[in-house]
Amino acid sequence: MENEVKLTTGVVVTFAIAVSALVVLPYMQVRDVKPPEGLKPYTSAEQRGRAVYIANGCMYCHSQQPRSESFAPADAKRGWGRASVPGDYYYDKPHLLGSMRTGPDLLNIGVRQPSKDWQLGHLFQPRAYVPESIMPSYPYLFEIKDKADPDEETVNLPPAHVPPGKVVVARPEALDLVKYLQSLKRNYPILPPEPRDTTGAPAAPAAPDAAKPAGSS
Amino acid sequence: MDSALLSLLGAFLLSMIGLFAFIWSLRKGLLVENPRAASVIFAKGEIGRVDDPALQGSDHAKLQAAAHEAGDSTDGADAAEIADRVAADRSSAFPVFMFIAFACMWLLFGGIAGLVSSLKLHWPDWLVSEAWMTFGRLRTVHLTAVLYGWITNAELGIIIWLMPRLLRTPLVGTMWLMLGGALVNIAIASGIGAIGAGWTDGLEYLEMPWPIGIFFAAGMVCIIGPVLYTLVNRKTESLYVTTWYHTAGLLWITLLFIVGKMPGVHFGVQQAAMNWWYGHNVLGLWFTPVAVGAIYYFLPKIIARPIRSYNLSLLGFWTLAFFYAQVGGHHLVGGPVPGWLITLSIVQSMMMIVPVIAFSINMGLTLRGRMRLGLYSPTLRFVMFGGIMYLLSSLQGSFEALRSVQQVAHFTHFTVAHAHLGAYGFVTMVLFGAIYFMMPRILHFEWPYPKLISVHFWLASIGILIYFVFLSYGGWLQGLAMLDPARPFIDSVVVTMPWLQWRSVGGALMVASHVVFVLHFLAMVLRLGPNRVGAALFADQGKALGVAHGE
Repeated sequence: MENEVKLTTGVVVTFAIAVSALVVLPYMQVRDVKPPEGLKPYTSAEQRGRAVYIANGCMYCHSQQPRSESFAPADAKRGWGRASVPGDYYYDKPHLLGSMRTGPDLLNIGVRQPSKDWQLGHLFQPRAYVPESIMPSYPYLFEIKDKADPDEETVNLPPAHVPPGKVVVARPEALDLVKYLQSLKRNYPILPPEPRDTTGAPAAPAAPDAAKPAGSS
Repeated sequence: MDSALLSLLGAFLLSMIGLFAFIWSLRKGLLVENPRAASVIFAKGEIGRVDDPALQGSDHAKLQAAAHEAGDSTDGADAAEIADRVAADRSSAFPVFMFIAFACMWLLFGGIAGLVSSLKLHWPDWLVSEAWMTFGRLRTVHLTAVLYGWITNAELGIIIWLMPRLLRTPLVGTMWLMLGGALVNIAIASGIGAIGAGWTDGLEYLEMPWPIGIFFAAGMVCIIGPVLYTLVNRKTESLYVTTWYHTAGLLWITLLFIVGKMPGVHFGVQQAAMNWWYGHNVLGLWFTPVAVGAIYYFLPKIIARPIRSYNLSLLGFWTLAFFYAQVGGHHLVGGPVPGWLITLSIVQSMMMIVPVIAFSINMGLTLRGRMRLGLYSPTLRFVMFGGIMYLLSSLQGSFEALRSVQQVAHFTHFTVAHAHLGAYGFVTMVLFGAIYFMMPRILHFEWPYPKLISVHFWLASIGILIYFVFLSYGGWLQGLAMLDPARPFIDSVVVTMPWLQWRSVGGALMVASHVVFVLHFLAMVLRLGPNRVGAALFADQGKALGVAHGE
């Protein structure tokens, strides 16, 4: 190759094709997605909790994208919920789909584990609830003191995990984070996906039904 | 046929047509081998004269003896061309030194952050009292420090060092490069500080908050300018393979970063698709092309034989450019993104076998019967190890993209192991080799303790192999447990424990190798250690340049 213009042009062209295919086309395809009726915007406390989730990197171990029953049947059986659709993420900025499942999927943790006490205690010391867990404990989201002030929230922990004569109170970050986790509920019904997105799955069973009366008559 | 499928087909066909168009436009002598173009890295009369600046006198002579082949010319290399190279090296020494020094600092720091993160996965109550120590932040500090701090700085150093050499012209715009380097490293340091403090954009690989990202992008623009200006003012007619990869890589990473960081544009699942396209391509369009380009220079240069086929490298380059850029969507397999997006990325992942095989055949033929030279030169060993790992990690990556494999491997440590095979086994090892080659030329001083280079090689290569083998196995078990509805989720955690511990062992060896490397680097910079040739070298300036440049 002798020509630097050809080189740089080619390089930019390949890049432009890739941006069109993987950035612009998905943008055009999902920009008109509407929020499902059952999905509420986050409250400001939930939004703050979401920021705590992001700041502490929860998404590096927890995905938020249950997969379809045909691809990974265990997801639904574990109570992680139905396969998610683009509309489920309407209010999510930034997205938190995640790429690892060192811990379980959390898109429906608000359905599966709605208890505030459990969530707070589990954040303080995961191994108090799941002995084999390798989730870090988050003592910096809590305070250990002699007595809780009237407006403070005391965490109800299994007795072995509270220092004797002390109480564990949740800091506002922990309370917000739990509010966010409790809000994670994508269990409302959604319209079946448009047939074109499912590469024939619903269309295939429908076809014989439609063909049968035609064949018999 | 619906529009999504049409666009999928369109992108694929467009890539194929583009590929053939480009290769056709460069057809001059496409079917005739072009040994002259493959030999531009050598001065006249230099083929057959091995060059490994990291070796001291007697070891260099042994390598030379081992590399001798019938028909080698005994005349010296063309003095004018060597003088050009000396001038080129001198023009780039200062900025390259800056980039390499930054890279070494980030390597040490990022490696330790990685090791601590790894330990935290099996000691979950260790170092939890402060927010910045938590796993989620520290692993991100590790990622930012090694990807942007170590690999990016080291690759910029290599690009800036090789450009003037390959183009036979002094580097222009040094001050812009220094400014660019300062901006890039300010961005990396602030990004790491921000992540530690909990300020992050929250997108994997793109965590650096976008206001800080502006500094990074501005720095890259400052660097591209002088590099392109040097390219335009070159003295050589033909552009060598390395130059294609390096020019392309610089343009790609800058565009990629700007598209990925654009604030307020991306949303919802489209953002997720963009995120993984970026995440995969920071490897595919930046780390890989620059490291491949470096192999195309250092490997033939050390063994003093031109690459076997210039045309095969042409095919490899353009197939990489057309296929790699469309990979990444497969990271969302089974997720809520359009199916065609994932299919496109899987198809292009498989197509990536073409450039990888083109590269491997080319290097295999160049090295045929010469593999044993690796015994004499640790620098060559690093580069060869990296080349082999490029073949293995890329083939693994192509098959890993398939839906049937991803069903198990997705969301597990298997993917983490694969990423480390690429970024460490391949890219980082090549960078080590390149730095061992470059530094004596930059500082006009030998590596003070050449034995440490071998120690570094063995620690790093055994470390990454332990890391990769054990973590892949653990990750696969994790995936099987996760996929089985009859087993509770916690099984998929418990089953990984021994393998996570082995990962820490491998990681500890890798960090130990970095300590050896960085201390050696410091000793060289501070001119410590036995002063073997230093005095003689500087007593006679004429001879000094000769010794330093393989005369």
